[in-house]
Amino acid sequence: MKFSDTFQPVLLEAAGIKNGFSIESYRSRGGYDPLEKLLVEKKPAEVVELVKSSGLRGRGGAGFMTGLKWTFLPKDHPGPIYLCVNADESEPGTFNNRILMEDDPHQVLEGIIISAYATRASTAYIYLRYEYPKSWDALQKAIDEAYEAGLLGDNIHGSGFSLDIYLHRGAAAYICGEETGLIESLEGKRAWPRIKPPFPAIEGVFRKPTVVNNIETMACVAQIARRGIEWFRSIGIPADPNNPRDPGSYGPKLYCLSGHVEKPGCYEAPLGITARELIDRFGGGVWKGRRAKAVIPGGISMGLMTEDELDTPLDFTGPGTVGCLGLGTAAVVVIDDTVSIVDFLHNSCRFFAHESCGQCTPCREGTNWSLRMLERIRAGKGRLRDLDLLTEIGDTMGMMPGSTICGLADGAAWPIKNSITKFRDEFEDYIKQTNPTGYMETDPVPALPIVTAH
Amino acid sequence: MIANHRILTDDMVARIEALASRYPTKQALTLPALHIVHDELRHVPLEAVVEIAKLLDLAPAEVQDTLTFYQFFYQTKPHGKVRAFVCRSISCALRGGEQVLDHLCKKAGIKPGETTPDGTITIEPAECLGACDFAPCMLAGNDLHKDLTSEKADAFLESVGRQHE
Repeated sequence: MKFSDTFQPVLLEAAGIKNGFSIESYRSRGGYDPLEKLLVEKKPAEVVELVKSSGLRGRGGAGFMTGLKWTFLPKDHPGPIYLCVNADESEPGTFNNRILMEDDPHQVLEGIIISAYATRASTAYIYLRYEYPKSWDALQKAIDEAYEAGLLGDNIHGSGFSLDIYLHRGAAAYICGEETGLIESLEGKRAWPRIKPPFPAIEGVFRKPTVVNNIETMACVAQIARRGIEWFRSIGIPADPNNPRDPGSYGPKLYCLSGHVEKPGCYEAPLGITARELIDRFGGGVWKGRRAKAVIPGGISMGLMTEDELDTPLDFTGPGTVGCLGLGTAAVVVIDDTVSIVDFLHNSCRFFAHESCGQCTPCREGTNWSLRMLERIRAGKGRLRDLDLLTEIGDTMGMMPGSTICGLADGAAWPIKNSITKFRDEFEDYIKQTNPTGYMETDPVPALPIVTAH
Repeated sequence: MIANHRILTDDMVARIEALASRYPTKQALTLPALHIVHDELRHVPLEAVVEIAKLLDLAPAEVQDTLTFYQFFYQTKPHGKVRAFVCRSISCALRGGEQVLDHLCKKAGIKPGETTPDGTITIEPAECLGACDFAPCMLAGNDLHKDLTSEKADAFLESVGRQHE
């Protein structure tokens, strides 16, 4: 699809407005009116239905239907039910949650209050990554303002609905973005993801029914409450009528554009904009007049698109059609044609070796051995056989092959598989040139002693 | 007998206890408690772990287990007065993040992950700081340093030196 000139950003509407983060500014833009109306007019189940029929899919990476997730909560549960808001944004290339929390925290809070009302949660925890001190201050200030305005606390506006929101600070671990890792961390334990089922909706934090939603998802809920289902469904890519399992990709999306573009930034566009349009229209083109060699479509764990694949729509199904893991966080990272794909993969493997939580052996060992192999290749001791070994690691670690509890390993595997499939010639040339006498070796070789993951 | 030497001050204990009503379990106070101690002491010595455990009705090993998992908390000695995280993940690496890290460390005379002998600054490689729109970037204390160059890195080190002379 082509980017529409009539598209108006709403999630980023506060950007550029003076004091756009204040409650006064948010109210002047119509904020909190929908919440106040909805508390009077709608029952929680009707709000669930509203979000379900909007087609909103979670913005954190997995793209699961938000309203449907809420319906998995047990009916007539005596409580407590918890809402955990995932602000542990750590996927390399991703910063849209940071922008929302800093520029328009009340939009996020309104979405949280509405979502808590819908799910009958009386406590919401915002699990915020350590690296966002400014977001912490902005959110805490907004929470204080909301309490003062009677939008949080006991019996909100006489509705009988009560809600407390607490900020909870992480400690720099990527795995806490996985929803059950987040739950374990919130409970004060090491952030080892849980085996599912039971899913958090049945048994989540403190062993109670729990919903975990992303910050941008919360902002979308606020906008759906304000502008309605029809507005939301008029944006994006409709469900494929020939595929009954496709729920479509509706609504606006925040795309994080970074790497080798002239103007990196967070840009709002309808779901389904292509990477090429993002780079040209918003990013000012690939920097220094160069060409893109590859583009990450949605955070490093999604793998790579080649230059030829840049017209792929960045909706929930597009990246999968060119062999990527998915849309992920819609963090688009542009890699220009001067970058060695070996260096790219080394960077990716180092990240996942550092962030593997160590619980499942295939991930703990697979991520670390893939890093060691990349270190050896870069040290001029690579062998063509290493590419097959790396592919084997990639094919055997993750939830998809069934060897790990969570998806971190799938995210670690995808850049390995993707870059070796799509850029095999470059890997082979690199290995032959840097190890002209040994590239055909097939006997086991010792790993280099120094590995710098930590 | 050693007199009641405590690591946790009354103020720290009060701040930890003030958060108790937010969570249905005491164990959930583990991370907040570790942060409160770490923010002040720049490390959480084993003695403090034992005290936190006592406060939260946990075994010290439970607190220690959580502490060590995150690789974030210093234990045997404090980090520098300034702790600088230099991003090395993909968006920053593509725009010179690793060079900035090397430059800073060379200038400070330390290796990545080390603290200067005078205890002024610790420089650590970091994974994505979520500020890829300002790559390469660094988080030092609560300050995000954007679009780093070697000149900006030099100016940063100088200002740190001046503040902690």
